[in-house]
Amino acid sequence: MATQHSQPADRLTMAPPAPEPASQPAAADHQSGTKHARTAARLMMAPAVILLLGWMLVPLTMTLYFSFKKFLPLRGGDLGWVGFDNYVRFVSSSAFWPSVQATLVIVGGVLAITVVLGVLLAILLNQPMWGRGVVRILVIAPFFVMPTVSALVWKNMFMDPVNGLLAHVWRAFGAEPLVWLTEASTQSIILIVSWQWLPFATLILLTAIQSLDSEQLEAAEMDGAPPVKRFAYITLPHLSRAITVVVLIQTIFLLSIFAEIFVTTQGAFGTKTLTYLIFQRVLESQNIGLGSAGGVYAIILANIVAIFLMRIVGKNLDA
Amino acid sequence: MGRITLDKVSKSFGDVQVIPPLDLTIDDGEFTVFVGPSGCGKSTLLRLIAGLEDVSSGQIRIDKQDATHVPPAKRGLAMVFQSYALYPHMSVRKNIAFPMKMAKVPVEEQNRRIEAAANALNLTDYLDRRPGQLSGGQRQRVAIGRAIVREPSAFLFDEPLSNLDAALRVGMRLEISELHERLETTMIYVTHDQVEAMTMADKIVVLQAGVIEQVGSPLELYHTPRNKFVAGFIGSPKMNFIEGKEAAKHGAHTIGIRPEHIEVSGEAGTWSGVVSVSEHLGSDTFFHVHGTGLAETITVRADGEVGFRHGDRIFMTPRADVIHKFDAEGLRIA
Ligand SMILES: Nc1ncnc2c1ncn2[C@@H]1O[C@H](COP(=O)(O)OP(=O)(O)O)[C@@H](O)[C@H]1O
Ligand SMILES: [Mg+2]
Repeated sequence: MATQHSQPADRLTMAPPAPEPASQPAAADHQSGTKHARTAARLMMAPAVILLLGWMLVPLTMTLYFSFKKFLPLRGGDLGWVGFDNYVRFVSSSAFWPSVQATLVIVGGVLAITVVLGVLLAILLNQPMWGRGVVRILVIAPFFVMPTVSALVWKNMFMDPVNGLLAHVWRAFGAEPLVWLTEASTQSIILIVSWQWLPFATLILLTAIQSLDSEQLEAAEMDGAPPVKRFAYITLPHLSRAITVVVLIQTIFLLSIFAEIFVTTQGAFGTKTLTYLIFQRVLESQNIGLGSAGGVYAIILANIVAIFLMRIVGKNLDA
Repeated sequence: MGRITLDKVSKSFGDVQVIPPLDLTIDDGEFTVFVGPSGCGKSTLLRLIAGLEDVSSGQIRIDKQDATHVPPAKRGLAMVFQSYALYPHMSVRKNIAFPMKMAKVPVEEQNRRIEAAANALNLTDYLDRRPGQLSGGQRQRVAIGRAIVREPSAFLFDEPLSNLDAALRVGMRLEISELHERLETTMIYVTHDQVEAMTMADKIVVLQAGVIEQVGSPLELYHTPRNKFVAGFIGSPKMNFIEGKEAAKHGAHTIGIRPEHIEVSGEAGTWSGVVSVSEHLGSDTFFHVHGTGLAETITVRADGEVGFRHGDRIFMTPRADVIHKFDAEGLRIA
């Protein structure tokens, strides 16, 4: 994909343009000094790599360490090694499988909503229309709201069964207001999280759609493809890579959503995700060992999801 | 069939009128070239015919049918874009099949036409590749193949060769000309390169700022350009223009003389000057002559063997029968 298109000035560009390659002599220099340069580069990168590794390895090691211990800070502290007890207890708890299911449902739901709406919004925002600049900023705005704040706003201003905006809408149509967070708890969480992540998806997809060569669409138009087929055969394949990026990045973050659940349902009504379950084990039950074992399960789940995703969409990233 | 008529067609983008009302007829089977400098509205005119832009006023007729508001797909025209506009995620075969798939042509017929087009365009070995794996010339051929299989009533080309290197350009030029001989379908071809126009066209339409300056066969434009613009645009190297006393001798405001219509000699001639640059092409030599007192530079074409060099004083004699005369407005005097 090395085609170059003229970029209108009002484009939202994600990445800065690649730096121009250095002038000819400098490039030649670089060639002859490759080995030397590589060693120097490794040396210079080392501190960052070591820092990152430590950042990752220390908590991971500690989690593994605690997961094999009976560690109850308020009830005796470190009570010694227990082998795989914590692992067995965590999985055999009645809350485990429902929490895995809740995690997958929420992640899947948010992904589906943000990708579908993101594509539609991106197409809409790419149309020349009055006030496009302002609309774009408005669309991106939710991304800047902290998860805790947005969940609270949704809970109290929109979903409150007495004073919420949605309750008023329901009443205006003569319907009984929905007690969102109780009756449709999972859906509510999906709604709130989707609202937060839609801007991200839209933004990435918008930049992708802007790089679509308009002559391709015109060629398809002349070839007799009506708008829906132009979308299916030209626009959507063009977006496949961006959609993949959106799915992968969002999954990483969605597997660990916490604040939205904490300030709304507190894990009740089937919204207890794996992350939330671990939180409860560690902080509410004050059982560090059990929580750590849960953490290891969370890592395993994340990897299983990652493998599946790479199988399904990863090939879009090639070439 | 493929007779295209433009009747007082004009186009404005906002307040800017890119194409003032113009009339033009393109006959069935004709190879018509729109030529003009960059930004003169050639692409816009082609896109109006294709239906990719709406006309601001006027009427477009294709085969006597009013097509002004007919959508592009229904006009029966096929277009080859400057960027080729191939579908990057589809194989060559699927690219070529796409218009037929949209038109719901039966699969056997699709395959038959794909094979035929691939044969004609030397694409048989590449049918399963993606456009990204092809060279510029091959992509160009795929784009043409995609146009051919639709069996359109006319082909529209928008500067199809401008992304190719010089050698390939000459080859593709020939191929497109041969294609036209074979299919005998109307072709409209846009280019800013007068050599392409001269070599390929049955009929050349010279445009400047959206205005048709002249329509005619290549030799008509060469021999009897209607004004100074056409005279200067058609022919390479460019025609020499001389004003003042020398022009007055011929009863004109400006006279034009093509470089190939001037005789050079080392001894005697009507005009004289000093060679500033000599370009040796082997078959021909071009001399750029200064200090003639006629114009800043006079360009002369001589035989490849003529060996004057920088600084030599030479004498030049124009052929009297091919001097073009223009009035103060730049229009040709009979
Ligand atoms: N979509 C457009 N909006 C505004 N101006 C345009 C548009 N397309 C072309 N133009 C203008 O119309 C003129 C002719 O353009 P074009 O037909 O592309 O020229 P050519 O193909 O002869 O180089 C140019 O001045 C260009 O800036
Ligand atoms: Mg153009």
